[in-house]
Amino acid sequence: MWETETSTDRTSQPAPRRSLLARASGRDSHRGSVRPLLQRIGITGIALIAIAGFLSPLLLSLTVSVKSIDQLSNGGSLLPETPVTFTYSDRDLDVYMVPMPDGSTRELALLRSSKAAGTVTFIDPAKPDADPIVWQGNRFSLARATVLDPQWSNYSTAWNDISFLRLLLNTIALAAIETIGVLLSCTLVAYAFARFRFPGRNVLFILVVATIFLPTFATVVPIYTIFTKIGWNGTWAPLVVPAFFANAYDVFLLRQFLMTIPRDLDEAAALDGAGPIRTLVSVILPQAWPAIVAVSIFTFVYSWNDYFGPLLYLTSKQDLQPLSLGLANFHGARNLQNPGVVQAATLMSIVVPLVFFLVFQRFFVRGINITGSGVEK
Amino acid sequence: MTSLGLSSPARKGHGESLARREARWGYIFLSPWIVGFLAFTLIPMVATLVFSFTNIQLTSSEPVRFVGLANWQALLADERVWSALRVTFSFAALQLPIAVIVPFLIALLLNSRRLIAPGLFRVLFFMPYTVPFVASVVIWEQMENQTSGWIDQALGFFGIAGPNWLNDPALIYPALVLLGLWGVGGGMIVYLGGLSGIPGELYEAARIDGASWLRQLWHITIPMLSPVFLYTLVLGIVDVLQYFLVVEIINNGTGEPGGTTQFYNLFIYKELWTYGDEGMASALAWLLFLITLAITLLVFLAARRWVYYAGER
Repeated sequence: MWETETSTDRTSQPAPRRSLLARASGRDSHRGSVRPLLQRIGITGIALIAIAGFLSPLLLSLTVSVKSIDQLSNGGSLLPETPVTFTYSDRDLDVYMVPMPDGSTRELALLRSSKAAGTVTFIDPAKPDADPIVWQGNRFSLARATVLDPQWSNYSTAWNDISFLRLLLNTIALAAIETIGVLLSCTLVAYAFARFRFPGRNVLFILVVATIFLPTFATVVPIYTIFTKIGWNGTWAPLVVPAFFANAYDVFLLRQFLMTIPRDLDEAAALDGAGPIRTLVSVILPQAWPAIVAVSIFTFVYSWNDYFGPLLYLTSKQDLQPLSLGLANFHGARNLQNPGVVQAATLMSIVVPLVFFLVFQRFFVRGINITGSGVEK
Repeated sequence: MTSLGLSSPARKGHGESLARREARWGYIFLSPWIVGFLAFTLIPMVATLVFSFTNIQLTSSEPVRFVGLANWQALLADERVWSALRVTFSFAALQLPIAVIVPFLIALLLNSRRLIAPGLFRVLFFMPYTVPFVASVVIWEQMENQTSGWIDQALGFFGIAGPNWLNDPALIYPALVLLGLWGVGGGMIVYLGGLSGIPGELYEAARIDGASWLRQLWHITIPMLSPVFLYTLVLGIVDVLQYFLVVEIINNGTGEPGGTTQFYNLFIYKELWTYGDEGMASALAWLLFLITLAITLLVFLAARRWVYYAGER
């Protein structure tokens, strides 16, 4: 699925040579077919168990998101179930799972029980007019009959209570503006580092990388003060304006990628009289699109994730908040009282990033690889 | 450089002016970063240092004046600061090894040639990395819930009474580490990239020598991946020293249970936004910067002893 990334084991051994070596060493190919098969099953089994555990919180969240407060308070059951009752002569009778002498289990409504006699009297909801059934035993040993009863209304409640549509639109708008800003600025800066020689280039590039290690709080106090003084607190400006001034991660990623593009075409363009801007637009950018897509996706997802920025500048402005902050506030206000609705809101908030990921997964991987392998050197 | 015709012999005579022209264009393209670096990094950092020597307040009519080392002295004498540092380092002691090793183990598993459908597993293991931060905290918090969470229900299945993870001072750090596990996808991809870069001949040679899987892991895989370990470790350190947003979301930064989540950054955050003491917050922030700098420098220095660069001469 991720063809950009191939593993050592599977690619690095040219087939003929491998079998030669294997034969020479008398290993590997003579083991018979059972052991490799068992190993395959074993390894894949471990991976299956690991991934099941790893992703199970999503499933739990899904089940919680369709439970009512009552369904949650009775704890244990996996699915959103509601106990069955049966209305009989204007009374709501509890329905139980009753084991019958013949070994079968029937769902019967409890009419009355007699502790002294050790008997319980049921009626059959299917045939309420038939004679009551007298059952020998303790009613407290019986389990209630339940019916699957998912509360899909949690989703509409969450949608309305959190003003989901507004949060979603705010989030998309913020992410879009930031992505444009990052693309414009980081492409230019990466181009400068990758293709131009100027005094101080190496020192400046080290400075770029060094800012990755800088704690956020080392700069946030004066920035916050200034933004507040010039009236930007409570607006989107503190979140989107810095995006237009390049950031270390994306400059680094783009620069690493641009370095891998051969210079032949640049030179040809230069001989044709193209200036640096034309070379960038018509030669470099068309070749750099995998890195550009990767940076766009990272920025979009990063912005979608950002919680600290909105927390600082938008806490008092509900109308301008993105999903991250809206969700955190919703969680703080409602989680103890009604976790189902909070999980519903949470799941709705991750739909867009997940779809985004599934569509663009190849670019995610390529982008991380460019950064990762770059830092190694 | 050649893009601007420097290599063309006909223009050699104009070399100097061409070089200057190239430098000028370089600086022009660089300007967004230069402005951003000055405005959002360098000047704010210096300003933070200056603030730390003043009595500046977020909302106060009092005139700002220099107070010398008063903030720094108060900070060093404040037991809460030391306690917040202890909290951060205790958590880091558990979080860092996990953040470095777990993605490596997953990458190793996914790189195994015995694995069926490795592509699918890669997608699935990486997927939670893209779940927004706040959402993943809210989802995992449910997972660790004592009554309805599946961790305690699974323990209950084996007859073990599940603890109240997020409210038990002894278990809060493992609970928080678990809560951050969905972030391993990024590291995993970097490890996978590193694994694919190890020349297969090394393993061939080792196999001929009869080296076991474990020996190959220890003598080939791990040394060859040491740059990736360093990368993951350093980014992990920078991250963990800034940790606090998770507990901001879970318990609104109360420090519960028993002050175990009173992280250093939470302390700065409160000093600034709750008490409005910018001078003190600045001193705290600079102390954090110095600590981060010192630790990363130490790690880089130590790395000379254990990191192997294949391309090094």
